[in-house]
Amino acid sequence: MTSEVLTGCHECHLTLRLPALDERQEALCPRCGAAVHRRKVNSIARTWAYLLGAAVFYIPANLFPVMTVISLGKAQSDTILSGVIYLLLHDMWPLALVVFAASVVVPLAKLVALIYLVVSVQIGSRSRPADRTRIYRITEAVGRWSMVDIYVVTILVALVNLGNLATIEAGLGAVFFGAVVVLTILAADSFDPRLIWDRAELNDV
Amino acid sequence: MTGELVLCHDCDLPNRLGEVPEGGAARCPRCNGLLYRKVPDSIDRTIAFATGGLVLFVVANAFPFLSMEMRGNVTETTLATGVRTLFRDERPLVGSLVLLTTILAPFLHLVLTLYVLLPLKLGTTAPASRELFRLLHQVQNWSMMEVFLIGILVSLTKLADMASIIPGIALWSFALLIPVVAAATASLDTHLVWSRIGRQA
Repeated sequence: MTSEVLTGCHECHLTLRLPALDERQEALCPRCGAAVHRRKVNSIARTWAYLLGAAVFYIPANLFPVMTVISLGKAQSDTILSGVIYLLLHDMWPLALVVFAASVVVPLAKLVALIYLVVSVQIGSRSRPADRTRIYRITEAVGRWSMVDIYVVTILVALVNLGNLATIEAGLGAVFFGAVVVLTILAADSFDPRLIWDRAELNDV
Repeated sequence: MTGELVLCHDCDLPNRLGEVPEGGAARCPRCNGLLYRKVPDSIDRTIAFATGGLVLFVVANAFPFLSMEMRGNVTETTLATGVRTLFRDERPLVGSLVLLTTILAPFLHLVLTLYVLLPLKLGTTAPASRELFRLLHQVQNWSMMEVFLIGILVSLTKLADMASIIPGIALWSFALLIPVVAAATASLDTHLVWSRIGRQA
């Protein structure tokens, strides 16, 4: 009876008193029926897998065009960066800033932040756990904004569809970029911020 | 509610929930994570916002949100035509992602909210409420209409000097839908819903 541990259901947040579960064991939440683990299962390994996938796909996502404009027989391809430069050259710098932030800064910052968090947990860092938790919360919240470029391609492809006069096609870059967005969202989802505190707590004992 | 023991979702610190005032929130003293937010008339408000959202969602999808006129040719686009064009252009992965984040997830979000909450309002519980309320939590993560609106804005500016753009009725429903869905999310007291579902299960 001494080894009972307070465990929170990840789905419905019910607080349970359970015998200490090891990493692989699970219980079923009596209230919502979800599998309960003390920490997300294989959190570090899964986060790394998604992060590596995202980092690899990030390269073709930027090299291949996200869309090609075919107008009166001329084809012009745009990558994510050349799209930003186009906006800048046409005096649309507020918009250029929005797209640059959503498509370049957010995915890169997310990758860097999550790698930092995973490594800090793996080396057993005890420094500034509250700040690291805040970084995690921001990372989780901003990821979705990278979808802007995917939506722009979708809208342009549907709207500019006039045969020989003007047609826009979605490029391979859009596929890889979409994959980067999904993989970084899954990476953030796999990381368990409570791991940050497991180490920090050892300090108090 | 008083004195209930909850673990912080972000750092696992056990906290005793004190009395939370209407509209107030309890935060974890260690990591500032949100423990609980009390919304006045949560179930009534959420049902109202979700119902309104569903009406706007239907309008946003049934009508074109942008039309473009270029040298006498007019093209219109609804949410679904964008997805269909991507599939036709052999980009099924991108098409599926757009379908999920702008149509399926927002629709499921609204429908599941009503499915779980309406019976609660009437004092019963709908079948499979536990599973569907958990699904709702997953679905919210993938509903990205507010990002889509920024996408529309960027597209408009890009096309502005190439063709004339006519905003459609769906665009206005869409712009309204976003704050309404955000309000449906913010007014939902998951803590309260779980304790009601749990009691009747």
